Amino acid sequence: MLAALARRAATGLAVVAGVVTLTFFLLRLAPGDPVELLLGPTATPAQITAQRHALGFDRPLAAQYAAWLGRFVRGEWGTSIATGRPVRALLGEAVPATLELVGLSLLLSYLLGVAVGTIQATARPRIDTALSVATVTLFAVPGYWLGLMLVMVFTYWGRALPAFGRAGLDGDLLVGGPWLADRLRHLVLPLATLTLIGIGGIARFVRGAMRDVVGQPFVRSAHAKGLAPFAVASRHVARNALIPVAILLGLSFPALFSGGVFVEFVFAWPGVGRRLVEAVLARDYPVVMAATSVSAMLVVAGNVLADGLVGWIDPRIRHRSEEA
Amino acid sequence: MKRLLRDRRAVFGAGVLIVVVAAAIAAPLVTHGDRGAQPDIVSTRFLPPLATDARGAIHPLGTDRFGRDVWTRLVYGARISLGVGVLAVLFAIAIGLSVGAVAGYWRGPLRALLLAVTDVGLALPRVVLVLLLAAVWRPSAALVIVVLGVTGWMSVARLVQGEVRSLAARPFVESARALGISRLRILWRHLLPNALTPVIVAAALGIGNAIMLEAGLSFLGLGVQPPTPSWGGLIASGRDTLVNAPWVAAAPGIALVLVVVACTLLGDALQDALNPMQGLRR
Repeated sequence: MLAALARRAATGLAVVAGVVTLTFFLLRLAPGDPVELLLGPTATPAQITAQRHALGFDRPLAAQYAAWLGRFVRGEWGTSIATGRPVRALLGEAVPATLELVGLSLLLSYLLGVAVGTIQATARPRIDTALSVATVTLFAVPGYWLGLMLVMVFTYWGRALPAFGRAGLDGDLLVGGPWLADRLRHLVLPLATLTLIGIGGIARFVRGAMRDVVGQPFVRSAHAKGLAPFAVASRHVARNALIPVAILLGLSFPALFSGGVFVEFVFAWPGVGRRLVEAVLARDYPVVMAATSVSAMLVVAGNVLADGLVGWIDPRIRHRSEEA
Repeated sequence: MKRLLRDRRAVFGAGVLIVVVAAAIAAPLVTHGDRGAQPDIVSTRFLPPLATDARGAIHPLGTDRFGRDVWTRLVYGARISLGVGVLAVLFAIAIGLSVGAVAGYWRGPLRALLLAVTDVGLALPRVVLVLLLAAVWRPSAALVIVVLGVTGWMSVARLVQGEVRSLAARPFVESARALGISRLRILWRHLLPNALTPVIVAAALGIGNAIMLEAGLSFLGLGVQPPTPSWGGLIASGRDTLVNAPWVAAAPGIALVLVVVACTLLGDALQDALNPMQGLRR
């Protein structure tokens, strides 16, 4: 178990290293000069040369890469070109916001998605069809559009919920109950958007997995030996159907994060995704590189966790990896 | 084919796609014709759906803040959104087929390398990769196609690799080799045609996904640039007028959802029709 996790972690590190390298070379080979962008159209050639030297852009690419890699590993991620703030502080504020939104949404979408999928697999065909239509539709809705529609209904028409940010203007002054209420009110719309879409995908998958298990001979045996339908469903079907679902958890992490990028952008949620979009729009290279790497790390960490979960649910996999 | 026609999902999916494609091709016939027309901004802007303007022209989906007809822009936008989506998926399949075929048929370090690259690609959030690539070059429709192709081939490569690998161990490949047929010819004539089935399903699902991502990029301003209408760009332009003209953002979103649902249902139905065994078990 531990050896398998260590192997996964090593693969994960390789993924992160690959991303870091790819990002660096891609951005350096790109047309468009960040220095000119930084200094604006009125800069003189002398100023541009000086700034280029100050940022190290005049050295050979390989040397820049080596230097950047060394600093990256030590945690010196430089300063944002657009805002002049240290990149690490910028992203350090963003990571908790993203974890809060994406983590809660992951939890809620799995709870609700598994419930809906189970109902579909066991309910009458008409209910199953109705729920299938609903989940396929939810799965197809783009997060930013659903977000806008929810804002329209609940903010502009209902005047019930805030549409932007993680806290109100007076958020820093609040303590205790009002502070929590303010935070929760801001969380509702982005969380609902991300969760609704997640439910669609997960319920579709769970329904398929349950259907596959229901057709297996051991389920018929369980029914034949006189077990109550609920016991069959919970102990025999659910346990086996949960294995592919746990594997899906690892696979759905990148997709959920992707969805989070758009939802964070629409709701001005101060997370990694929004920072990334802003940095991309401003060609703020240090932030783009760091935000990309941080996203890769978050996703890889999620995958390793999901792998551990699969081993925990399925003893066969756990033992196989111990033998290997 | 018969199985498909009996499947309600396939009929609905294909029906929606045929209607949308037909409308996109016949755009000048089913709309006012000029997607940028701004007859009289003051009197025709923010007209609600089904309203008639001063000159008697009906606007089935209303007008935006420049007095442009939303229906016309939506139909012309379908040309861009569908076109970009289809081309991006074709591009992704071309890459995925090549990588998957090579990795599946030739053993050794090349396979290991290709599979490693594929896995790294699969482990990343696609949107992050797409944003990274879109950030580097100037946004355009061509760039979106390339970016979506370059970030979308990994799952196809995985599928093709597995299929080619299991096919290559079958007796008919051995006999082809015994007949002295070259490896490349075996791959092209005997292995790939047999490995295409899962690719067709992946393509149907992939088009929906690509259309959604294209819209996402254009929504962020990194895709197709205004005034060329694309569905993502239309949603973005409606974002600013959400309060007084919600239909500007709502209409392209609903169109987007319909098309993506159609692609998903068609893909699901294809999968069941092409996998008769799986269909029986359910």
